[in-house]
Amino acid sequence: MSSARTEILTRLKTALKSTARQTEPPLIPARGLVKGQACIDAFVEEAIYGLAEVVRLKVVTEIPKALTKILNDAETTKLKAAPHADLQSLDWSGVDVEFGRGEADDLVALSVAFAGVAETGTLVMRSGVDAPTTLNFLPDVHVVVMYAGDIEGNYEAVWQRLKTENKMLPRTVNWITGPSRTADIEQTMLLGAHGPRKLVILLINEKA
Amino acid sequence: MSTFTQDNPKCHDFLKGAKKALDDDRLQAQLARSLKDGFQKKRLKGMSRLPEYEQLRDRAKAIKAHTLDNLDRYLEQFEAQVMKAGGHVHWARDDDEAAKIIIDICKSVGAKTVTKGKSMITEEIGLNAHFRANGIEPVETDLGEYIIQLRDEPPSHIIAPAFHISKEQVADTFREHHKDQIEDRDLSQPTTLVHEAREELRQKFLKADVGITGSNVLVAETGTGLIVTNEGNGDLTQSLPPVHIAVSSIEKVVPTLEDADTILRLLARTATGQEMSVYTTFFTGPKRDKDLDGPEQFHMVVLDNRRSDLLGGPLHDVLSCIRCGACINHCPIYGKVSGHAYGWVYPGPIGSILTPHFVGVDEAHLLPNACTMCGRCEDVCPVRIPLPKLLRTWRGRAFDAGHPGGLQRLGLRVWAWFAKRPSFYRLLVRPMVMVLGWMGSSRPYDLPAPQGSTFMDRYKRGER
Repeated sequence: MSSARTEILTRLKTALKSTARQTEPPLIPARGLVKGQACIDAFVEEAIYGLAEVVRLKVVTEIPKALTKILNDAETTKLKAAPHADLQSLDWSGVDVEFGRGEADDLVALSVAFAGVAETGTLVMRSGVDAPTTLNFLPDVHVVVMYAGDIEGNYEAVWQRLKTENKMLPRTVNWITGPSRTADIEQTMLLGAHGPRKLVILLINEKA
Repeated sequence: MSTFTQDNPKCHDFLKGAKKALDDDRLQAQLARSLKDGFQKKRLKGMSRLPEYEQLRDRAKAIKAHTLDNLDRYLEQFEAQVMKAGGHVHWARDDDEAAKIIIDICKSVGAKTVTKGKSMITEEIGLNAHFRANGIEPVETDLGEYIIQLRDEPPSHIIAPAFHISKEQVADTFREHHKDQIEDRDLSQPTTLVHEAREELRQKFLKADVGITGSNVLVAETGTGLIVTNEGNGDLTQSLPPVHIAVSSIEKVVPTLEDADTILRLLARTATGQEMSVYTTFFTGPKRDKDLDGPEQFHMVVLDNRRSDLLGGPLHDVLSCIRCGACINHCPIYGKVSGHAYGWVYPGPIGSILTPHFVGVDEAHLLPNACTMCGRCEDVCPVRIPLPKLLRTWRGRAFDAGHPGGLQRLGLRVWAWFAKRPSFYRLLVRPMVMVLGWMGSSRPYDLPAPQGSTFMDRYKRGER
């Protein structure tokens, strides 16, 4: 261990009081405490406020058809998709789909959200073998599958799920609230600074 | 003008810089538009959408206070968790030590270019100069930082580093530096400028050997760092290169992920009025075994730079700062003199408290004195830092160190003598009011001349 470490920590120990933590539950805003359909509706409302587009689908099998339209709009036939079991098992006939990580020239990418947060219409993406992070940032259009049942009211509920399902946090957890933007030139808000210019959420009622 | 470092601050030139800014009509218009009509209105809108905003401020304040009292414990926990996740933690006593650690890591992998997410702490370290001295090309990827890097200017604001630059100036800068683009292209629209920067920087992202980001918060329980961006630049910076170095300072740690939530509920809302920044990226260690992307190496540099000297002292509370920029956006002085006048990395009220600590009171004594004590900074601070009180602390220290000197000091002493003796004071004030009244409005600034008699005279006459 370095001497800088020892020195800094010693200085801290001398300067500090060391107090016990008053444990109280986190203050969750009322809008993050909604349940059921109200929770889903709040998610949609806030996601749109954050400039995401929301497309409602009944079942997963409707995903390829929805993508055909998005690919048409983006004037491409190629889709880069996360190697996620739910996506790999779909019938992609007619779509030029490749499963893998994001590359610089990807126009449209598709991934699956780990969770959604109604409070701010935020998507929670976790990295993993079936969820490369680069898909979230490199494409022009990012399409995200969001199962209605995975939408929680608040961030705390999502951490709880992540902590229960994993011994350690995944390398990356990305909260995404709308498409990439900048206001660095004369405070004018413009979309598509480095990340996707467009964020489309496919909100799916039933998982199977 | 290139980036300020701890070795060459320009705070002693505050008055010169302030005059330059006041004489610049374009800058004055930009300041009015960006602050009053921009940041201030956006914050109000953001606050109005969250009824619990005030309560959350109390919570965040309590979280920071508790953590600062137990920094050693939480930093040790943070370190252990980063190591468990396969990352490395490096401790740096000061700016030079931090720079050396970062340069050594870059050299160990033979790095030629590094991409950087926006980070004030690397400005504090003066990291880019160290890179250049070691033959490594640093590329700022936040659009604002990229623009000022091309123009060789320091940032003028901690969250909007290039807000003082017009779109025409950006166009000229791009034309000068982007040699591969068609020469007579139309760059009159901000959209075109953003598109061109995206194209240029995309190549840099792919080429970079190391990615460097800051970390707004460090989470002790999981060994997690986090950054917030709207562009997605910091996120590409830490996903594409084989090495990710995150640089942060000791006071950024909080105990749990839930504590980070509380701070995040305030940060973007207070800064830009957004519900949440577009991208909030939490990172824990390097790429996992089967991951398809992410860095092979993860390094966390934890910088002290004498912050530990502030603990338990009169300036203790400044360590609660979450760098949202609200105090800057609401400061009437900053709103006129802009960022460069402050002469070092952090401008505005927060800068006027931090800068004297880092560069010394002899260099920076003008900053805490450039304050009207209007108290707006404290009103808007999401973690309720008593900024005017801390500024007063520095004024006292500056006076003790002999600032101001000469006639000003003599004047203050004379005034103090009278102020402590009310009857003499009143005797003096009556003729003063008359003299100032005669002088009338022929003065070079817009203070109204006193009219009629003194307050005490009118009070005694029963005018209430």
